Amino acid sequence: MTTNAQPDVAGWEYSPALESTKVTIEQKNKLFIGGKFVTPKSRSWFATTNPSTGKKLADIACAGKADVNAAVASAKAALPKWSRLPATERAKYLYAIARRIQERAREFAILETMDGGKPIKESRDVDIPLAAQHFFYYAGWADKLEYAFPGAKPSPIGVCAQIIPWNFPLLMAAWKIAPALACGNTSILKPAETTSLTALRLAEIFQEVGLPDGVANIVTGAGDTGRILAEHKSVNKVAFTGSTQVGKLLMRETAGTGKKLTLELGGKSANIIFADAAIDQAVEGIVSGIYFNQGHVCCAGSRLFVEESILDEVVHKLKHRLSSLRVGDPLDKNTDLGAINSKSQLDIVKGYIATGVKEGAQLHETTNQRLPSRGYWCNPCFFTDVQPSHTIAREEIFGPVLCVMTFRTPEEAISRANNSPYGLAAGVWTDKGSKIFEVAKKLDAGIIWCNTYNKFDAASPFGGFKESGYGREGGLQGLRPYVQLDTALGRKN
Amino acid sequence: MSRLTVAKTYKLYIGGSFQQTESGRSIAIVDVKGNTAAHMCHASRKDFREAVEAATKAFGAWSGITGYLRGQILYRMAEMLEGRREEFAAAIQVTGSITPATARKEVDATVDCLVRFAGWTDKFQQVLGCANAVAGNFYNFTVPQPQGVVAVIAPETPSLLGLVSLLGAPLCAGNTTVVLGADANPIPTAILGEVCQTCDVPAGVINLLTGSKKDLLEHVASHRQVVGIYAAPLGKKERVIIERGAADSMKRVRFAAMQGDDWYDGSRVSSPWNIEPFVEMKTIWHPSAC
Repeated sequence: MTTNAQPDVAGWEYSPALESTKVTIEQKNKLFIGGKFVTPKSRSWFATTNPSTGKKLADIACAGKADVNAAVASAKAALPKWSRLPATERAKYLYAIARRIQERAREFAILETMDGGKPIKESRDVDIPLAAQHFFYYAGWADKLEYAFPGAKPSPIGVCAQIIPWNFPLLMAAWKIAPALACGNTSILKPAETTSLTALRLAEIFQEVGLPDGVANIVTGAGDTGRILAEHKSVNKVAFTGSTQVGKLLMRETAGTGKKLTLELGGKSANIIFADAAIDQAVEGIVSGIYFNQGHVCCAGSRLFVEESILDEVVHKLKHRLSSLRVGDPLDKNTDLGAINSKSQLDIVKGYIATGVKEGAQLHETTNQRLPSRGYWCNPCFFTDVQPSHTIAREEIFGPVLCVMTFRTPEEAISRANNSPYGLAAGVWTDKGSKIFEVAKKLDAGIIWCNTYNKFDAASPFGGFKESGYGREGGLQGLRPYVQLDTALGRKN
Repeated sequence: MSRLTVAKTYKLYIGGSFQQTESGRSIAIVDVKGNTAAHMCHASRKDFREAVEAATKAFGAWSGITGYLRGQILYRMAEMLEGRREEFAAAIQVTGSITPATARKEVDATVDCLVRFAGWTDKFQQVLGCANAVAGNFYNFTVPQPQGVVAVIAPETPSLLGLVSLLGAPLCAGNTTVVLGADANPIPTAILGEVCQTCDVPAGVINLLTGSKKDLLEHVASHRQVVGIYAAPLGKKERVIIERGAADSMKRVRFAAMQGDDWYDGSRVSSPWNIEPFVEMKTIWHPSAC
């Protein structure tokens, strides 16, 4: 059964507020290897589309084996000089990159939104500023690494293969490249197939700031390109953000090779609301927790646990809030939810919604009549009457779909929240300080947002427990995956 | 008339009790003179599973007690080991041509190793964790937490010091452990249980198995309740078995870098960077406002 909330509760419409700055996109986007944009030896190209229109934006080079070999060779050749560069000089390149991203922020934000479908207000206010912050933050670590690892001598690992997803394209590129370079490694980044444009524009910045050739390379392509890169013998380190399934595959394939591996994988994060929480704030937290970036967020608060006594109030407020969310043109500054990133992802999300209904959960969604006729769209929705065994309560949907469940005691909330192979993030909402800390301590998750959700910062480590992966990105702990430690202090006893 | 020595029956140490292997299998240990020194338990997969079960049950309590208390229990373990120096030195010498002086040196280093780890229990959090200066009105801090059940695969030599060096790191952080001891000389592993039994380590926190490590490797690597593996340096074949098996439940695997004299380098063995692989970093955000 479907219940529909009414749109436009305020009774009046917003006028469109379209971002009008034009961004030029090259027709053929080449690979970035050894400091130059080069035509792929594979002679193969693929189209990248705007998911809000379904129209092709440009052609992207599809890197084959020879291209990957060239990129790895250039990263390997650049390594000795880059790793021995005075650390403050390394830092200055990264600072310069951060500054250039800030200067070209508008261009990056528009490009990100056109290529990926996320609302301009998110790419403008979250993705791009955070990407700049990551370079700025890690720039400062480059000459302070000995202080990060007391009692150990850190040294670079070497050539890093870095494979990123499509949900935060430039931000993920920054998360990967900034700490790797700060620690003296060189990098080959493989962006996601559907979102290569901002990474390639980042390569322009590398050229502009004079980053030494080969220190950071970008090879575009699909899964095959990523696999060839990860398997390359001269790669010393693989850093992957994406699905748990591919993460496990990488673990098996790198077994016994001595390659270092860090994985930032899927999630099914719990958002727990106690009766003593500030309910209005909590409802805002639920909304930003699940509908941010159309739910294309590995740490999305996709399982909502509400204390039984306040279920009706929370559901009522959630329906009201849902009805005021604006779905539509991502380039409109008033848009809350943009387009689903691709046709295939839309099919996956729709499939989960159908499964939820079929398995007996009750669907609540808005009917937004203004959805564009072209492109890939999904109205934000939530399910009640969800059982823990339901598919939608167990599997990562990666879309704007929330499961609402209830609990009676803190112990029950904790045990149900922890009952998942994932352990990426969790939210806790209560006004009781002691309860916050007790619950936060007992939740098996790498990030605990207390009375807030989906907050990110370059200084704050991000990464999960259990099958959500290992290693951290961001903060001091985000350096660890990019250094080798010699713990011999020369003090024999 | 000479008196017949009462020889000790060596058993597995699982869930705080000494047990014969359920398999009934044993491995004969021949001493340097060629005499049969003992028949050791050849632990089976079922013994391993039972040990993991015990370690899982013990995790809540061991990770929940204060670091101060955990430190005192590990220090007590060092005290108990110190009191049995001669017995352990003799055990180390059974199968190899090790001089009494070398054996005693190994026992002494083992006691010191436990003292070092005892000191880390309420300090590694301060070295590995931190407060994070995020750009906004939030309190944000990162704290290390233990992971759960960690399997320890001890080196062949030094049989006692190697085992305790690898055991100490996950243990001091609040993880519970299942240890596969050295194959060639399992006697120090077997009698370590007696130290555990008398030092207030709760039942199930340390489980000690003897037999053939090779037999159990695949099983250790794929057991879903094992969250971490701390292994001595192993050959490529063994590393592949462990790392492939670990993929399914995404275990945290670390191969120790210690070799030869490294085991006697206390600062290297008990570095907090050996504890770090067996903690999860949890980052907690809270808004700061009136």
